[in-house]
Amino acid sequence: MSALLAADLAPFPVPSIEYSAISPLIAIFGAAVLGVLVEALLPRTARRPVQLVLTFGALAVAFGLVIWQRDTRATVLEGAVTIDGPTLFLQGTIIALAFVAALVMAERRVDVAGDDFAPRASALPGSDYERDLTRLGWLQTEVWPLLLFSIGGMVLFPASGDLLTMFIALEVLSLPLYLLTGMARRRRLLSQEASLKYFVLGAFSSALFLYGVALLYGFAGTVSLSGIAEALTDDAQQYGLVLGGTALVAIGLLFKIGASPFHQWTPDVYQGAPTSVTGFMAACTKVAAFGALLKVLFVALGGVRWDWAPMLWVIAVLTMVVGSIVAITQTDMKRMLAYSAVAQAGFVLVGVVAASPDGMAGTLVYLVAYGFASVGAFAVVTLVRDATGEATHLSQWAGLGKRSPLVAGVFALFLLAFAGIPLTSGFIGKFAVFTAGVASGAVALVVIAVVASAIAAFFYIRVILLMFFHDPAPDGPAVVVPSSMTTIAIAVTVAVTIVVGVIPQPLLALISDAGVFVR
Amino acid sequence: MGEVYLPILILLALGAAFAAFSVTAPLLIGPRKYNRALLDSYECGIDPTPQPVGGGRFPVKYYLTAMLFIVFDIEIVFLYPFAVAFDQLRLFGLIEMVLFIVTLLVVYGYVWRRGGLEWDY
Repeated sequence: MSALLAADLAPFPVPSIEYSAISPLIAIFGAAVLGVLVEALLPRTARRPVQLVLTFGALAVAFGLVIWQRDTRATVLEGAVTIDGPTLFLQGTIIALAFVAALVMAERRVDVAGDDFAPRASALPGSDYERDLTRLGWLQTEVWPLLLFSIGGMVLFPASGDLLTMFIALEVLSLPLYLLTGMARRRRLLSQEASLKYFVLGAFSSALFLYGVALLYGFAGTVSLSGIAEALTDDAQQYGLVLGGTALVAIGLLFKIGASPFHQWTPDVYQGAPTSVTGFMAACTKVAAFGALLKVLFVALGGVRWDWAPMLWVIAVLTMVVGSIVAITQTDMKRMLAYSAVAQAGFVLVGVVAASPDGMAGTLVYLVAYGFASVGAFAVVTLVRDATGEATHLSQWAGLGKRSPLVAGVFALFLLAFAGIPLTSGFIGKFAVFTAGVASGAVALVVIAVVASAIAAFFYIRVILLMFFHDPAPDGPAVVVPSSMTTIAIAVTVAVTIVVGVIPQPLLALISDAGVFVR
Repeated sequence: MGEVYLPILILLALGAAFAAFSVTAPLLIGPRKYNRALLDSYECGIDPTPQPVGGGRFPVKYYLTAMLFIVFDIEIVFLYPFAVAFDQLRLFGLIEMVLFIVTLLVVYGYVWRRGGLEWDY
């Protein structure tokens, strides 16, 4: 009997696990699981300090491990994960951005009631129960393990070696984000609505992604990225499967990126989510999703470049134009920054459409520049408050430069970086993707991008004018003095924005050393 | 040829015997207290027919229970392939599986400590 079974089953090789290559992931996920245990076992008042130590400790350790692994170029875990230069660069960027964004999330001084999160997410908004919990100073410390799980998914996302691992990473990064979105302390109904919208639309996009994976599997007989690339070099029999699969997988990723026409969730979610979470989402999700998009398109689907490049060309144009034009009409600061994020995604796509090593390097530069400016901009938004919470209406920001020149000046710097003004990091990013675009022959696209940049610059400059050349309203919002957490976060993002803008060579050298994806 | 099916037949017989035992044993030794809720279909809190106008609402507790069920259901799904190949995976498989179950135990500990297993929390 047992002999029969043994004959039926092929010998089962013990998988090899290269722990050093995935050590950053182990650090982050390990800390996240420990964080869940902390929530279960420690008394309520002890949780927050322990969670903060765990979160920041894990991120620092993971960043160190990424640097330690900097020369690793390997396919590990039986092909489920590939570690190479661009992947490590993306992982380092995500972890660094997450660290800064987590500092803003840890802030407790700007809101008199506590931090940026509801005292208990399950309490009914506006109920007596919620009021009691707020009075007692309860904090929802589950946000920290959730944040770590999300970061872990993001760090795995661009490292995926096959489409199934990529799908799991997508879910691991998305599910905690849906929850974090719904946990705002102020304007809770708006926050919960945003959470539901994000969840439903996110579930749709995940299903589309999975459908695309199924079609690509139907074509290649494997979900491994290198396997699909190999199948493409053979005489393609079922080309329709490749095209359908490419389109659907790209839609799933472009949804996370927030590219038009898959950007509809962005303004509502960016507005409804706690602002510190919005900063984290805007920066880290975008970097991770662009990393995954680059990996799928360059590693697996490089052979059908001439089919996906025109598709992305159209999407890049739509994204830049829709983001820039609709942002002009916005009256809410967070919504305006959301549409600005959509427009920025379009500019990054120019680098992807270039489909060259230069284009990829430009994409990475742009992501670093955009990511840090984005975390910084949303951190500043958390500081401008009135009695009901954050004052996000544009009219409330009038004259902020006269009342509080430092904060308004810092915000103006981030806006100038978004607009791509020289001596800020944004200029280096735009310059890198646009030159790569021209070099690869996409001159028309770059011309449209430059026009869109000009439109975008209009609404960025308009906010700067509003802050510095208008008189403040007598009952306008005040700028709250934050604790060292947010101060450090803003200082770091300002430093990166200026340093990368003035001396970009070290960053460019780092990216060119990173080279290209391995198969 | 025939002996290939023998284990399946034995398993079928064992399954049938277990089912028969589970149904008859409570009838013989269990307490008999009947009330309206117990005799309802599904015994799960939703009136089978007629539904209240507008759909009505039922407690969110059921949702939590269903979620917990999925967690441990998935655990079993992963344990089955391991059970088939555990001898070939040797110590590596054992360590990985213990790690997997410990991770799920963390979830269990969280749910238990935070009152997720208590119905009237």
